[in-house]
Amino acid sequence: MREIHIDEIIPVVRDLCMTANFYIGDDVVKTLRDFYQKEESPTAKEVLKITIENYELAAKLKMPSCQDTGIAVVFAEIGQDVHIAGGDFVEAINEGVRQGYKDGYLRKSMVDDPIIDRVNTKDNTPAIIYTDIVPGDKLKLTIAPKGGGSENMSEVRMMKAADGLTGVIDFVVDRVRRAGGNPCPPIVVGVGLGGNFEQSALLAKRALLRDLDDTHPEPKWAKVEAELLERINKLGIGPQGLGGRTTAIGVKILTRPCHIASMPVAVNIQCHAARHKSATI
Amino acid sequence: MAEEISLQTPLKSEDLEKLKTGDKVMISGIIYTARDAAHKRLVELIEQGKELPFDIVGAVIYYVGPAPAPPGRPIGSAGPTTSYRMDPYAPALMEAGMKGMIGKGPRSPEVIDSMIKNKAVYFAAIGGAAVVIADSIKESKIIAYEDLGAEAIREMKVEKFPCIVANDTRGNDIYKEGVEKYRID
Repeated sequence: MREIHIDEIIPVVRDLCMTANFYIGDDVVKTLRDFYQKEESPTAKEVLKITIENYELAAKLKMPSCQDTGIAVVFAEIGQDVHIAGGDFVEAINEGVRQGYKDGYLRKSMVDDPIIDRVNTKDNTPAIIYTDIVPGDKLKLTIAPKGGGSENMSEVRMMKAADGLTGVIDFVVDRVRRAGGNPCPPIVVGVGLGGNFEQSALLAKRALLRDLDDTHPEPKWAKVEAELLERINKLGIGPQGLGGRTTAIGVKILTRPCHIASMPVAVNIQCHAARHKSATI
Repeated sequence: MAEEISLQTPLKSEDLEKLKTGDKVMISGIIYTARDAAHKRLVELIEQGKELPFDIVGAVIYYVGPAPAPPGRPIGSAGPTTSYRMDPYAPALMEAGMKGMIGKGPRSPEVIDSMIKNKAVYFAAIGGAAVVIADSIKESKIIAYEDLGAEAIREMKVEKFPCIVANDTRGNDIYKEGVEKYRID
C-alpha cells in the first residue's frame, strides 16, 4: 500500500489545467501543418496558418490558446495499491482546478444550475471526474479542458444492428455536416461504438485522448477511421466553416461489446484545440 | 488569398461597399464587445428611445467573452464566440447605425437582409486564434454592464485585428459559397 496525500494531488491538477491550456500537443500542430500543405482553398490556408501561429504564440506568452478554457474533464487512474490520505479526493481535484484557473488567468465558464439560475461558480468548478481502478501503486491524472462550442455539436444515437457499419458512417458524417462551422473546424471527431447509452458517450470522449497521429490497433477500425476522415473532408466545410478541404484533422474510434438488441453510437466533436495533459504521481 | 485590406473605425458605407466575401481585412481603431446579455440590454434601450452607452454610428461590435488579463497585458485570450445567438438583436443595432460585426459562424437570413439594407458587413474572426487576436488589442476597458462579468461591454483599441469578410453588403455569404465550392458529392 502506497500513501498519496491530497497535498501532492492539488498542485499537479493546478499545473495540468494551465499546461493543457497553454501548450497544445505537438501531434496537433504537426497534423495541422500536414493539412495546411494539402489545403486548396486560399482562405482556408490563411486560417490554418493563423491557427498554427496562435498555438506558437500561446506557448510563448503562456496564455490559453483559446479564451474558452473549457469545462475541466479529469480522468483519474487510481492504482489499487494506493491509499489517498489527508482529505477528500474529489475536493482535492476541485481545489486544483480552482487554483489552476485562477493562477493561469483562465476563463471561468461553469454555471451552478444548468437551467433556471445559471449563476457562474466563478472558479470553474466543479470538474467532471472519471475514476478507474487499475493495478499498481500509482495515480495517473489526465486533464482535458473541453470547450462549449464543440461539445454542443455532439450526439448519442441508439441505432439498430440492421443499420450496420454503413448506417454508422452515414450518421457520423451527417452529424459533422449539420455542425458546419459552429464547432470551430478543423475538428477532431471522437466516436464511441457499443457499450450502452452512457458508455458510448464516454468512449467517444476517451477517443479524443488518443494521439492525433496514432493508428487504431485493429486494422478493420483503422480502415473505418480513414474512410470517415475522407468522407468528412469531402463535405467542403473547411476551417471555420469558410469552405475548404480541411474539415477534420482526425477521427478516433473506441469500441466496446454491447447488448444483442443495441448498437449505441456516440459522436463527441472536438475543436482543433484538442487539449489534454497527463501526469503520474 | 487576395491582398490585405486595412479598415479604420468608425466604418463608412463607402469603405464597406468595396469589400467582398473572402477578403482578408485588418481592422484598426475602436471596437466594442458584446454578447447575448449585453445585446438584450442594448436593444431594450433602443426600443425605449434611450441613449446607448457608446456611439453606435459606424461602430463595430465584437462577439467575445475574453479570458482574464494576465499581469502586464490589457486583455486575456479573446477569440470570437458563435454569432447566431446575437441574430435576434443584430438588425435593430444595424438600423441604429452599427456597420460591422465580428464573430464566428453563419448568420440568419434576417441579419443578412439587414446587412444589405443598412450597408453593413459581418467579419469572421478565427475561432481558436485567441492569442493572435489578443495581441492586436492594445487597450481594453469596461464601459458598461460590469455586472455581466466576461459579458460586460468593453471598449477596445485594436491594431490590425485579423478577420475575413463573411457577408458583404450585397448579400454574399461565404458560409454557403465556400462550402459549395469545395464540397465533393
